[in-house]
Amino acid sequence: MTVTSLGIPRRLLEFTIDGQSVRAPEGSTILDACRSAGKDVPTLCQGDTLTPKNACRVCVVEVEGARTLVPACSRKAEAGMEVRTDTERARHSRKVVLELLASSVDLSTTPEVAGWLKEYEAKPDRFGPDAARVDEQPRIDNDLYVRDYDKCILCYKCVDACGDQWQNTFAISVTGRGFDARIAVEHDGPLTDSACVYCGNCIEVCPTGALSFKSEFDMRAAGTWDESAQTGTTTVCAYCGVGCNLTLHVQDNEIVKVTSPHDNPVTHGNLCIKGRFGYQHVQNRD
Amino acid sequence: MDLHFGDSKPTDEERAAIDTLLGPPESSWEGADRSDADLRWARGGRAARERRDLLLPGLHAVHDRIGWISEGALDYLCRRLTVPPAEAYGVATFYAMFSVKPRPATVLHVCTDLACAAAGASELCAGVEARLGLGSGVSVERSPCLGLCERAPAALAVKAGDPVRTAVSAPATVERAVLAASAPDSAPEEPPAALAVPQAGDPSLTLLGRVGVVDPASLDDYRAHGGYTALRQAFALGPAGVIREVTDAGLVGRGGAAFPTGRKWQATASQPGHPHYLVCNADESEPGTFKDRVVMEGDPYSLVEAMTIAAYAVGAHRGYLYLRGEYPRALRRMEHAIGQARARGLLGDDVLGQGYAFDIEIRRGAGAYICGEETALFNSIEGYRGEPRSKPPFPVEKGLFGRPTAENNVETLVNVLPILTMGAPAYAATGTGGSTGPKLFCVSGSVDRPGIYELPFGATLGELLELAGVRERLRAVLLGGAAGGFVRPDELDIPLTFEGTRAAGTTLGSGVVLAFDDTVPLPRLLLRIAEFFRDESCGQCVPCRVGTVRQEEALHRIVERTGADAAADITLLREVGRAMKDASICGLGQTAWNAVESAIDRLGAYE
Repeated sequence: MTVTSLGIPRRLLEFTIDGQSVRAPEGSTILDACRSAGKDVPTLCQGDTLTPKNACRVCVVEVEGARTLVPACSRKAEAGMEVRTDTERARHSRKVVLELLASSVDLSTTPEVAGWLKEYEAKPDRFGPDAARVDEQPRIDNDLYVRDYDKCILCYKCVDACGDQWQNTFAISVTGRGFDARIAVEHDGPLTDSACVYCGNCIEVCPTGALSFKSEFDMRAAGTWDESAQTGTTTVCAYCGVGCNLTLHVQDNEIVKVTSPHDNPVTHGNLCIKGRFGYQHVQNRD
Repeated sequence: MDLHFGDSKPTDEERAAIDTLLGPPESSWEGADRSDADLRWARGGRAARERRDLLLPGLHAVHDRIGWISEGALDYLCRRLTVPPAEAYGVATFYAMFSVKPRPATVLHVCTDLACAAAGASELCAGVEARLGLGSGVSVERSPCLGLCERAPAALAVKAGDPVRTAVSAPATVERAVLAASAPDSAPEEPPAALAVPQAGDPSLTLLGRVGVVDPASLDDYRAHGGYTALRQAFALGPAGVIREVTDAGLVGRGGAAFPTGRKWQATASQPGHPHYLVCNADESEPGTFKDRVVMEGDPYSLVEAMTIAAYAVGAHRGYLYLRGEYPRALRRMEHAIGQARARGLLGDDVLGQGYAFDIEIRRGAGAYICGEETALFNSIEGYRGEPRSKPPFPVEKGLFGRPTAENNVETLVNVLPILTMGAPAYAATGTGGSTGPKLFCVSGSVDRPGIYELPFGATLGELLELAGVRERLRAVLLGGAAGGFVRPDELDIPLTFEGTRAAGTTLGSGVVLAFDDTVPLPRLLLRIAEFFRDESCGQCVPCRVGTVRQEEALHRIVERTGADAAADITLLREVGRAMKDASICGLGQTAWNAVESAIDRLGAYE
């Protein structure tokens, strides 16, 4: 039986979203409230297991009385607030932000973004062929995972997951600044010289595929990655007694990557190196 | 936290630089030789992590001594402070003045920003680079505004060593800049701060009254000129009384946002969480701004006194003075003034014998405009990357170290002295109803007498420019610096008040007035503004990180074009600018398009 903590009872706040009156528990974000009201606001950097960093600014909404737009993912709902999610102003910012991102990094493996580009009529090409891009080669320095910063939107989720929010290894951080800011380990060296413990929790939270299993990266390069042909089976990790849940992604009878369900109350999607990467023995057919 | 350190070892000199700041290490856990005791206990943990805020001073210590930060030095510093090396590397690479790659011990920063660009910075750069080529032992760096606009063009030489040597050359010629870089010790002394105040000695001055009159090194001289009467008055009124006076005086912040100071102090003072902090923002990096430098260089004790009063009002016992890294003389003067005040019981456990404890710590910035944003400044002091935090929560509730914090800039704080000595009603009688008191303006560019001017709020732009000796053929005036806006020469009757500039569709910002005559190529100037924002964006949010790049690209494309040829790119600029203004996390991204927009709309820059 799964025990879900209900927490202490929370007061309900009343406010409006797009003119419609809604109620949400105190402490909810605008995004939480929107989702419970059946309205989704697009977001790239928000993660269900992490404190929002509100860096991508795709989820901005209009709040009556606020000088600028506010990020729905992190702004707490307040009683009496008047939120508008789909105004011309908010749509304009979302469109431009999507254009800015899509013109500077490779979003081809970012779920949902193709649909949003279409929905907001974003035209990333309009900045011209000479528009600066991140333009980085994938860093392949170990057999477990690949860092492809050409796909990185600097959402800070990997930094937070590696740092004080989950893993407490603090192997990665943002370096440099402005357009030259990058995710890197200490001294910008190879992963193998760093404090990384290869738990892969950064891959788990990466929204764009900038961090991926080497197995997935190689298959994509070979053109054999086919998500529609994959099955996911959730099981229990056999390495130790904690009982973490693993979801084995299987294609053509081979495990191609391992994730972990975020709604598991013990691990919230986190694993260690063995659970995440130690699956070869399962398919050792000798 | 299980920290992992590489094999890199610090050199003896790097180790000494860090140990001078932190004291010798006590155990092998933090870099000393292993002793028997180390087998039985681990030093570190919470006690060491609580010193994280010494990371920036530690990076400075290494940089001052060596000139760059090696892997070994960074790892050793991390070991001493229990900071993960990846995070420290992220911090070290955030600041423009630090290098994590080997470079010569001497760096010559040549300002290429607005006032200096108009005064021939590019020729200066080219000349200096020709003279100080490879093998000269000097690295020449193009720098954003050095805050020496009244003496443009300017250069700052920093020679690493023990102690670090600095020399300023302004107005700089190739000869003088090369001399400053090659022999900083024998470079001529900078002119006194009072030379930056054309009105110096005028008895009607309130904020600048002591600049050029008192000896900035002498506490006695400061007291002989009315120093510390305001603090005595503050003790007589009590904290609530001080806040009431400041509120009644109508003082609003002079940093650009114009928030009522009394309300900020009241909100901080009434917070139940403790301790409370006071932070003085002396990181003025807005191109064209140099007033805080002149106050700190010319009248340093006034800031010590004003910080003491502010801290007393908000219930803080510790204040941080965040001083920009490009101001070596202001740093020396403030260090001296704070030391003297401490020695004489004006700071410390028992200020003026009133039983009130307060002390000031100076924190030096390292080249990052964004650290002037109040929450980025907190992160910088705390030893994190200088990225702004999202608000709410506001600093009065959760500021420095997560505690209630009042943050004011230098000019705002020194206004508190006349409020207390002359009383709120007399102070409020100066200026206009909506903008009370005197205001400092930094006038530079195409004027005969550039410098800091003090005028009561309400004087017009034309009157100010008249004082500074505006030249013929004025083409444009930039109000409020790079984050401000341009006005035309036929708009000189704009009253210099918050409400007056707002009504005219522009901003007073931090009080920058940069005049440009028609010899200055406007598109180049706009390009420089765009470059500035692209360089200074912290990179945290997308609209600013990428938007500033796209803005610069578009301006590059249209630098030689006008009319229909530029129309498509101007549309693009408007759309990107609007999103930056609406969706960026902080003021940097929100204002990065202002000056360019005003140049297009008010000056017809590309018509």
